[in-house]
Amino acid sequence: MRRVQVCLAIAVLLTAIPLFAQSKAKVQNVPEIPYDSVPNALKLPDNLYLGEGIGVATNSKGHVYVYTRSERTRLFEFDQNGTFIKEIGKDLYGFLFAHAVRVDKDDNIWAVDEGSNMVVKFDPNGKVLMLIGRRPEAVEGLEATPPNGTPPPNAQPYALGRPTDIGWDAQGNIFISDGYTNSRVVKYDKFGKFIKSVGTRGTAPGQMNTPHGLQVDAKGNVYVADRGNARIQVFDNNLTLRAIYDHVGNPWTLCITPGPHQYLYSSNSYPDSNPAAARDITGEVYKMELDGTVIGKFGKAGKQLKEFSTIHGLDCRNENELWVSEITAWRAQKIILHPQQATKPTSTSAAR
Amino acid sequence: MKRILTLTFVALLVLAAGHAISAQQQNFGGAQLAVPEIPFDSVPNFLKLPDNLYLGEVTGVATNSKGHVFVYTRTGTTTATLGGSRVFTHGGSRLFEFDDKGAYVREIGVGIYGFVFAHVVRVDPQDNIWVVDEAANLVMKFDPNGRVLMTIGRKPESINIRNYEPPAPPAGAARAGGPAGEGRGAGAGAGRGGPPPAPPVVGAGVAGESFNRPTDVGWDAQGNIFVSDGYGNSRVVKYDKNGVFLKMVGHRGTGPLEFNTPHGLAVDGQGNVYVADRGNNRIQVLDNELNFKAQYLNVGSPWTVCVSPGPHQYLFTSNSNYPNNFDNGEMYKMELDGKIVGRFGEAGKQLKQFGSVHEIDCRDPNGIVVGELTNWRAQKLLLKAPTASTQ
Repeated sequence: MRRVQVCLAIAVLLTAIPLFAQSKAKVQNVPEIPYDSVPNALKLPDNLYLGEGIGVATNSKGHVYVYTRSERTRLFEFDQNGTFIKEIGKDLYGFLFAHAVRVDKDDNIWAVDEGSNMVVKFDPNGKVLMLIGRRPEAVEGLEATPPNGTPPPNAQPYALGRPTDIGWDAQGNIFISDGYTNSRVVKYDKFGKFIKSVGTRGTAPGQMNTPHGLQVDAKGNVYVADRGNARIQVFDNNLTLRAIYDHVGNPWTLCITPGPHQYLYSSNSYPDSNPAAARDITGEVYKMELDGTVIGKFGKAGKQLKEFSTIHGLDCRNENELWVSEITAWRAQKIILHPQQATKPTSTSAAR
Repeated sequence: MKRILTLTFVALLVLAAGHAISAQQQNFGGAQLAVPEIPFDSVPNFLKLPDNLYLGEVTGVATNSKGHVFVYTRTGTTTATLGGSRVFTHGGSRLFEFDDKGAYVREIGVGIYGFVFAHVVRVDPQDNIWVVDEAANLVMKFDPNGRVLMTIGRKPESINIRNYEPPAPPAGAARAGGPAGEGRGAGAGAGRGGPPPAPPVVGAGVAGESFNRPTDVGWDAQGNIFVSDGYGNSRVVKYDKNGVFLKMVGHRGTGPLEFNTPHGLAVDGQGNVYVADRGNNRIQVLDNELNFKAQYLNVGSPWTVCVSPGPHQYLFTSNSNYPNNFDNGEMYKMELDGKIVGRFGEAGKQLKQFGSVHEIDCRDPNGIVVGELTNWRAQKLLLKAPTASTQ
């Protein structure tokens, strides 16, 4: 048993390396999509601060939700003009360390918290409707963090291990990427009842190394940002692996547009430790067809407007009007794409 | 262990087969045999919270004589102060009051020293509000206006960050002089000559108020106070109405008057004490002097108990699901002698389903209020007459 654990520990350490060596995307000669960033897109009241811009999402009215690691983890709502409206979930038991916020088709707001191991569903007014996962108890004294490489406990139906993202199919089934401790995708029905899960830690097809983001297309296929393995894994609605896209770097987060022709955005984010070596080969966002064909990209690493410092959240309700939140710049940018001005693809581009 | 459980279960089935289900005696059946279903409704949007006030885990719920509802909840975040030589903890639980319609009235105990990790709230016959906090090791008594009248126990001055404990070494490997922790002392001294020491009595506690993660509180007609204590200790303690220690009983184990997480407690009109001995899958009944009277083995793993008032008292309990599954989740209405009147409910997240029921209020046995751990809410349930048995 001990030897198994040691082997596991080494395996975990090895597979963790790609995280620190963000890889250059294999796809080359990708058309550049011209774009602008709206200055001062979010207007904060005096003495209200965003911390790390972890999650960003819009609802059907264009309201913007930002889930941020501030002094405490907090969730803010802005209107379509970027004017602050209110805070949701003040002092909520489930808010410990933000990871993602997403809005479903009924404008319910879902927060995924990797500190409390919880997913919280709010109605559009901010009232709690449903919970998945449970915050660990803290009564036996502060527990020390297990050393790196300690194997995670067996995954349980209703216990999440640092979950990262959430999506829904047309029937309202819930899919959760779970996460840093577990390495799986879990499917629940719309009432939160466990259906199944898939995935263990590793590099083989169907295994995952920090499933860091997740989206579901209109047909119910599930796209998983398998960040540590530098690939997007596509599962069908029953969580059977259907495809792997390994040409767009290390995907930190994904977004699929609504409407009849859906596109897939994926961010090869500039790592949050700001490694100089990665500055020139990361920081861009790819626009793809759902089958993985790259049709363009935009963005680069940096701290200025129109530059991105570790994109962590991506909203694409409007195909050419994206919201992008960044860890290290403590902000969310509103990005306007001008795809009609995109550079023409060369003969080798668009290749997978 | 598993085999023991299996054997026990078989024994129960055999016992059950030998008696009609109405047999008025203890230990009469497996949990699922031919129990009438109690139809019920849940009042939608029972508790109405102001904007930006949120319940967390509803570990405690209780009503007073006016129908006001008190909710003791784990919410916000317990904070630890760094910068001293020790870690001091603050906050993490709150107590809210609602009126009989579920409208928010007020918060009680804002900023109080003892609200850290909620366990239960109970209201006594004089409408005093009693709060049991599992991390603060405290039982706190408030008057109906929310002023502190009495405390039993004491909040630990600070907590220590635990060292990470690696997995246990393989069997047979010597453990080199580690610190003797709970339960480890017996083997350590055995090789040094002299008689082997007696096995340690775990969870007996110390006479007085040395709670170790207490769980519940109740009172008899004379006002004597009974506390189930708890996760660390495994005992029931009796105090007089002024908080003077009278006696205690129990330690960790599976026999009579032994407990494995006594998780809830209630007292009937005769002063008998019903203990939800959760880890042992039974309710133990003690008399007023804490002598063993009976045990009920037919209601699964009781998380909490409630005894209704009035001339004909009922005993409610919940075989709650653990947070990481949807197993069980049903509640039972019983006569005080253990005969099951009926069962109701199941685990789940929707209305009329339950996420780890943690406390039951049964002041009105046909309109009970339940607090749920994992669904962060309290439901008011209107119980109807039982239907014929389900089998």
